[in-house]
Amino acid sequence: MHGDNTTDYLLFLADSSLIMGQRLSEWTGHGPMLEQDIAITNISLDTIGQARYFYQLAAKRQNEKTGKTEITEDSLAYLRDAHQYRNLLLTELPNGDWGQTILKIYLYANWQKLIYGKLIYASDKDIAAIADKALKEVQYHTSWSSDWVRRLGDGTSESHERMEKALEYLWPYTGEMFMETDYERRQYERDKDFSLDTIRKEWTEEVYHILQEATLTLPQADTFMHKGGKKGVHTEYLGYILAEMQFLQRAYPGCEW
Amino acid sequence: MDTEALQQSFDEKIDKDIRIEPKDWMPADYRKTLIRQISQHAHSEIVGMLPEANWITRAPTLRRKCILIAKVQDEAGHGLYLYCAAETLNITREEMTEQLLTGKAKYSSIFNYPTLSWADMGAIGWLVDGAAIINQIPLCRTSYGPYARGMVRICKEESFHQRQGFDILLSLCRGSEAQKAMAQDALNRWWWPSLMMFGPRDADSPHTIQSMKWKIKRFTNDELRQKFVDMCAQQVEVLGLQIPDPELKWNEARGHYDFGEIHWDEFWNVVKGNGPCNKERIAARTKAHEDGEWVRRAALAYAQKQKSGIPESQSAKATIKD
Repeated sequence: MHGDNTTDYLLFLADSSLIMGQRLSEWTGHGPMLEQDIAITNISLDTIGQARYFYQLAAKRQNEKTGKTEITEDSLAYLRDAHQYRNLLLTELPNGDWGQTILKIYLYANWQKLIYGKLIYASDKDIAAIADKALKEVQYHTSWSSDWVRRLGDGTSESHERMEKALEYLWPYTGEMFMETDYERRQYERDKDFSLDTIRKEWTEEVYHILQEATLTLPQADTFMHKGGKKGVHTEYLGYILAEMQFLQRAYPGCEW
Repeated sequence: MDTEALQQSFDEKIDKDIRIEPKDWMPADYRKTLIRQISQHAHSEIVGMLPEANWITRAPTLRRKCILIAKVQDEAGHGLYLYCAAETLNITREEMTEQLLTGKAKYSSIFNYPTLSWADMGAIGWLVDGAAIINQIPLCRTSYGPYARGMVRICKEESFHQRQGFDILLSLCRGSEAQKAMAQDALNRWWWPSLMMFGPRDADSPHTIQSMKWKIKRFTNDELRQKFVDMCAQQVEVLGLQIPDPELKWNEARGHYDFGEIHWDEFWNVVKGNGPCNKERIAARTKAHEDGEWVRRAALAYAQKQKSGIPESQSAKATIKD
């Protein structure tokens, strides 16, 4: 997985989207109302679709280096273990109730929107093309989830309380989005106006605005933040996600499906 | 017009194949039969999401995962059209949901069977969706307009579902011995329940005669079942699998395949609630409904708050349907 200095970055984006989509797909058939079951399933499909584009690009670049064809989107998704996954810790956290899932989508989609919004101008044209397609999707995810954050935050006292709990649980996992790794720095250095620090400020401003509208308590600026996912050090949840997701590929190696 | 004249006008429309529309007069039993059939169909789509959703997180490739998610999502969409079609007959979605969860309304018994391997995704697509298509294509011409129009779109999507199921099985059958055995095992388990999807024998089907007269149904259960057997008996050759029926053979005189006797005991047992997953399926739907209650309540409360604060034209957008 080394040699091409965009691989880690591509895997970071791909893994985050895949694990997000994998988690969201757990809702399919179990949503609180039919229309919203369909909507969340759409978001799951979009994020897994984004992951596929990033994996395919990573595979293509790796194969070009080695002159082989052994790396595929599926070998990347199904044959790496937890310590090789680069996804944000936020994405692997359990869905919890509908409110927790909604808030998780909102926090993540908003970050994606800002990152993709910059990547569409990247000098790496392949990445820019994927970002361009994905940006339209995550703009919708942000709008859909922010509507729900407002609705649940400012709905009933029960929904408000549930959202406060969800925020308290998820917030300490948001800091990792803005802690720059070496592979991100290498990627962003290619494009002069890309600054994770600026993205953090924009993200915080937008998120605080929606949380305020949702009448939720704004988190403390000095909240302790978890990290590790981007470097392959995960929560205990990821191992179980992979055990389930990779079961067939591991039990019947080398098969076509 | 008096009832007799209304009945006469209704009968004429049925005779001339003119669609009955929501605002038209219709006999009370026609309405009742349609509500029963359409809501049962809608519930089948919704409960039917569960056995397949069971394999979404374990799909073997990203491509297969995306196709399966999209497919299960289609079923939700079908449920939605059908609930809306039923609502035109003056029943609410809340009432229908209540009937499903209390066991008053039925859904297709096929979804009370478990999905035990990945090959079951193939068998469900090929056999269950295949049987559904054969049942449903005539419904595109059913006499009630909203139902017929909904079915046109549903049939198009079901046809794609059936092909993707067959494609899953084909990949397994061209694969390793273990994969082929997985496919055969799925066929063994899903074959007979699929034949049961066409319902009881004509002689034991209480609703068939009247439904045929009203042109809600266009063919009898046994006619459709035969059509399905004939189709599968040929398609299975491509897969190189064995249909688990020693009596299955071509009958030149009839121009159809003969097939063995269905285990009607099993059929009636599953209908009565004794299938392998009846309790699990209703428990899953009940849990989704109960877990979603605070969400629906919050959405309603928020919509009402918005309505009292902002102009009517904008607040309409915030209305959430349960």
